[in-house]
Amino acid sequence: MSFFPYVLAAWLFIIGLYGIVTSRNFVHLVICLAVLQSSTYVLLLSIGYRVGGVAPVFAGVKVGTPAVDPVVQALMLTDIVVEATVVALLLALALQLQKHTNTLDPDKLKALEG
Amino acid sequence: MSTLAPLPVVIPLSVAAILSALNKFLHRRISEALAVAATVATGVICGVLLLQSQAQPVIHWFGGWTPRAGVALGISFVIDPIGAGAAVFASLLVLAALVFSLHYFDTVGTLFHVLMLGFLGAMCGFTLTGDVFNLFVFFELMSASAFALCGYKVEEPESMQGALNFAVTNTVGAFLVLSGIALLYGRTGALNMAQIGRTLGGNLDGLVITAFVFIMAGFFIKAAVFPFHFWLADAHAVAPTPVCVLFSGIMVELGLYAVQRVYWTMFDGSFAAHRWDLRALLLTLGSITAVLGAVMCFGQRHIKRLLAFSTVSHVGLLTIGFGVLKAGALAGVTLYVLGHGLVKAALFLVAGLLLHRFGSVDELELHGRARDLRATGAVFFVAALGLAAMPGFATFRGESGIIDAAGSIGQGWVRAIFFISGVLTAGAVLRVWGRVFRGMGKGEEAETAGAKKINEGRETTQPSHGIPAVMFAPAFVLVLLAIALGMTPGIKHAARTAAMVMQDRASYQARVLEHAWIPVAPAQEEHTPMGKGLAWSFATTAAALLVAFLSLSRYWPSKHALTRPAAITVRGLRSIHSGHIGDYVAFLTFGVAAFGVVLAALVHFH
Repeated sequence: MSFFPYVLAAWLFIIGLYGIVTSRNFVHLVICLAVLQSSTYVLLLSIGYRVGGVAPVFAGVKVGTPAVDPVVQALMLTDIVVEATVVALLLALALQLQKHTNTLDPDKLKALEG
Repeated sequence: MSTLAPLPVVIPLSVAAILSALNKFLHRRISEALAVAATVATGVICGVLLLQSQAQPVIHWFGGWTPRAGVALGISFVIDPIGAGAAVFASLLVLAALVFSLHYFDTVGTLFHVLMLGFLGAMCGFTLTGDVFNLFVFFELMSASAFALCGYKVEEPESMQGALNFAVTNTVGAFLVLSGIALLYGRTGALNMAQIGRTLGGNLDGLVITAFVFIMAGFFIKAAVFPFHFWLADAHAVAPTPVCVLFSGIMVELGLYAVQRVYWTMFDGSFAAHRWDLRALLLTLGSITAVLGAVMCFGQRHIKRLLAFSTVSHVGLLTIGFGVLKAGALAGVTLYVLGHGLVKAALFLVAGLLLHRFGSVDELELHGRARDLRATGAVFFVAALGLAAMPGFATFRGESGIIDAAGSIGQGWVRAIFFISGVLTAGAVLRVWGRVFRGMGKGEEAETAGAKKINEGRETTQPSHGIPAVMFAPAFVLVLLAIALGMTPGIKHAARTAAMVMQDRASYQARVLEHAWIPVAPAQEEHTPMGKGLAWSFATTAAALLVAFLSLSRYWPSKHALTRPAAITVRGLRSIHSGHIGDYVAFLTFGVAAFGVVLAALVHFH
């Protein structure tokens, strides 16, 4: 098992953070958050991966056949469900912001300072 | 095994589902009654669980998937007194917020109640679970409800900005937690906290430190510890007042609850030889948070924002309590959370009353306008004294517990931090009391050192005359409870026993993984001399009163050469709190990196 997936996960996390910090548009920012989140998918799946492992469906497979870990896949599915909710909610908030202020630029919002 | 265990999650979530499905058909009063009934039922069941957990923690395995040979595949609730107590407290605050909001939101249907119940169910699950991934899921459910509640006033742009700042920072925190959990799973192959703790043993290497830092930082974001605290003031400034009650009273504290639960069940063995390194880090973080929050609190004119920064300051004190890593301090933290939550909730409810009556929560704009609200003013004043941890309040019992424990390991200096935080936060609240309820000092023309006015829309429809009883009663009852709790004999002893249960890792593992029956051993009676603590506590209260009245008088040296540096510092701090999400996430990233580097360096070189 190579180190590459872990490097990829770290890279996605960092590039997502960078995108959020420098974003000039809330929709872009929410998508950067989704990029950051995909780092957790990669991390979870690579932790459960076994070289030469089959999919974790055990009907008609000989006992002792190596399989990838189904637990992390279940975790990842939960993660997707949870985060789809959050991203949808964030986009809805951004939509309302656009409706009432005519801008999506974090730099132009000055109401909550100090 | 207890059949009651799943109910604190099942009841609120199913009633929430029913309410949202029948939204269009139910009369508003019926949905409100259902929501209140569900909250009361949840609170009562959590209370029963709290009583059951006194003998030994209640453990429930979902679907009967009990562990075999020390391996836990199923998901469990492990209900100990601190977890069950937190759930009872959450139910109580939700009840107060729901009763208060009977006069609120006349036009928006029942979705508010649906979200509140979702929030409650998530908080209960969060406090009762014994599975670390389950903890993450409830964390996210709690967050999602909180984001929606925070942005409830969709027509206000400030509201959207505050909710977005809150949601983005806390979601980054959730991913940090999840990454940490994934790393732990990779190392131990377990998600059950007891099993992870046992498998880790005393192992402390790079991977364990990374996982620890990710999980801690993620929960510290929710707990609003410096430098992760920026979202809190924005979210509180814009959220509807009953929601602020929950944010400040329990949600933020649950961030710290998770930190302690995770530490004592999983990481304590690993850090056993490095406790002093961790202590140094946590005491520093807590002290910075406490002082920064207190200074920012004093510099506000928007009452809800002022109270929000006071919460930041008190979370700093609680972080110090956790950082002492002693049973006595954890008992103190427990009592402090209860005392602080009760008085802070009451203060927010009074702010909501002011908004309801006068359409504003701006300290200067409200100058002298609430003179006639004598009873409300009295509640506000007494709650402010509770914030200063005056003897008689639960906050005092908590504070003395933390300080005594800190003193026993030679860290008595934390008393100074408690003093600064108490004087400035209670002083600021008393200043608001003097200005708004007594008409002291100046109004709009007062010197504010750059504090800006933030528009706050009305939350109620009819501008009423007088104060409705259902809005006043919750604040009054909560303050009374804060005093009653402080006066209850034996409460400190009970808290100490509960703290020892939470910190006893070996018994936790045996109870969860081997079904062992290990009765709870009551803590030994401790008699610490009270004199010094009493004197300091009265001094804090007196100093807070003095600061409040001075700041309202014409003797306040706002332009004096000696106080110029202080004013410049406050302006500087203010400019950091820019309301810009990019800045907040930059601070957050820096904070996580610094936390990790410093901890790794301390562990490596000791």
